[in-house]
Amino acid sequence: MTFSPELEARFEKLLNSYPPGRTRSAVIPMLMYGQDEVGAVTRELIEEVAKRCKVTPLQVDEVVGYYSMMHRQPQGKYHVQVCTNISCMLVGGAELYEHACKKLGLGHKQTSADGNVSLEEVECMGACSWAPAVQVNYDFHHHVTTEQFDKLIEGLKNAV
Amino acid sequence: MLYNAPHPLEVKILTRRFHLENSASLDTYLASDGFVAFKKAYEMTPEQIIDELKVSNLRGRGGAGFPTGMKWSFVPRTSPKPKYIVVNADESEPGTCKDRVLMENDPNQLIEGILIAGLAVDAHAGYIYIRGEYRYLIEVMEKAIAEAYKRGYLGKNIAGTNFNFDLYVQTGGGAYECGEESALLESLEGKRGIPRIRPPFPAVAGAFQCPTVLNNVETFCSVPAIIRDGGAAYAALGTPRNGGTKMVCLSGHLNKPGVYELPLGFNLLTMINEVGGGIPGGRKLKAVVPGGSSCPILKAEECDVAMDYDSVAKLKSMLGSGGVVIMDETTDIVKVALRVMRFYAHESCGWCIPCREGTTWLRKMLQRIVDGHGVPSDVNMVNELAKNMLGRTFCPLGDAAAMPTISYVEKFRDEFEAYVRKNPIVSSELVSVG
Repeated sequence: MTFSPELEARFEKLLNSYPPGRTRSAVIPMLMYGQDEVGAVTRELIEEVAKRCKVTPLQVDEVVGYYSMMHRQPQGKYHVQVCTNISCMLVGGAELYEHACKKLGLGHKQTSADGNVSLEEVECMGACSWAPAVQVNYDFHHHVTTEQFDKLIEGLKNAV
Repeated sequence: MLYNAPHPLEVKILTRRFHLENSASLDTYLASDGFVAFKKAYEMTPEQIIDELKVSNLRGRGGAGFPTGMKWSFVPRTSPKPKYIVVNADESEPGTCKDRVLMENDPNQLIEGILIAGLAVDAHAGYIYIRGEYRYLIEVMEKAIAEAYKRGYLGKNIAGTNFNFDLYVQTGGGAYECGEESALLESLEGKRGIPRIRPPFPAVAGAFQCPTVLNNVETFCSVPAIIRDGGAAYAALGTPRNGGTKMVCLSGHLNKPGVYELPLGFNLLTMINEVGGGIPGGRKLKAVVPGGSSCPILKAEECDVAMDYDSVAKLKSMLGSGGVVIMDETTDIVKVALRVMRFYAHESCGWCIPCREGTTWLRKMLQRIVDGHGVPSDVNMVNELAKNMLGRTFCPLGDAAAMPTISYVEKFRDEFEAYVRKNPIVSSELVSVG
């Protein structure tokens, strides 16, 4: 499996970041960064990571099942994550998530038919003091109102 | 960048550079006492560094509040094994968003704190484990680390000394459990984040089975100021046994929620009414979660309290990670209990049965109560089940789910009972259990 030169460089650096014989430590970062480029944690990616980290594919596979940010199926190009945990909930996070479901016509962990947008109700993402919070891919959006959410989605549609 | 305006009552130790232009750059750091503490620490013996930390009364800022100097002193410095420094930047406790601000605005302060820890325990490599959702902070730290290497503040012969240190950033994969120290170490080793049996503690067998200092971001960030200005000066900022300042994350029903740096022992009501700007619409305070969702709730009448580890512990709650969640009189505590339990049921790693089954059953029972299908015995059953989880798991997640639940039921029992009474079967007295 081949990756972009940037990702190859990152993998190379990762494999040299641990004590001798500890390349298994690179499994999680390689899956996370690999997923971003490949689009999902595919069987092929699992086998490639296993080969490079000198572990069995099963040792990689069991890790994929544990971490909530790893996905075996591709998500939308824009993965919209709405937090409804305690701090966000108190200031309208749950209502914002309901609004997001209606606006996007999607439910929890669903992806639009064109593959552009996916939605997920997520746990605390560390934006409690600036709630309610939304993350699109890795970008934070703070103090999100329903109007701002609509604008955000329109912006994404125009960017597609 | 800062996401909220600072407040005049803040005491700026960790945040002292935040107002400077390019506060994250090494030049700004060096121009404002950067690496002064490292150079001072280099001239000290490891015992002196650790003694200074003991004098400072610095306690672990991740939630447990364990004295940092004592934790470092447990590392067998003369062990032939390599030693490691691991930074817990897996900030995931609901209500907590302080490590983000610390890394984003002053990454070099964290690097210097790590280097001083390295001097104290003879470690020459470290890992900053950052939660996967904080990808932009991984980039911030990688940039700061690259600059530090380039300018001789990481790598070989740091700042002209004979001390060598390599620092790496590790991404998490989205798991609350990995904020627990032994699960974090498992994750760092490329495995599922399940807790380890202790002892041995990480100080003896941590990362790669080697002696390891593992602390929260804020704890490491506090170290340069302690070494630079002395442990006594730092201790004097707080209350006895609770030294220094604490980053508090005010959230919930407030006019000015935000992250602020306040001395330990700061009054909670002043925190709410002055720093946080009071409750919107003049509504009344109902309850406060003082240190992240794992901490038992405080009723409004308990909130005239000094926010330090010992004073909050006297109220049978915890200062925790500094996530202060304010709830006004409109808050539905039963719905809060359900939302919090949905979180723990989702995040339980499944390793210990009392936690895995307990959180799931509590979630189901609380859902049933909120849906109006609860029966009178459910309220006691929630309480009893939670109590049976306490102390029966390898890591604190089981307790973290059970303790707040018990406090919700015991302090707001009438609200749970009101839900149960709404059940048409209960109100027609067809069910007489309970």
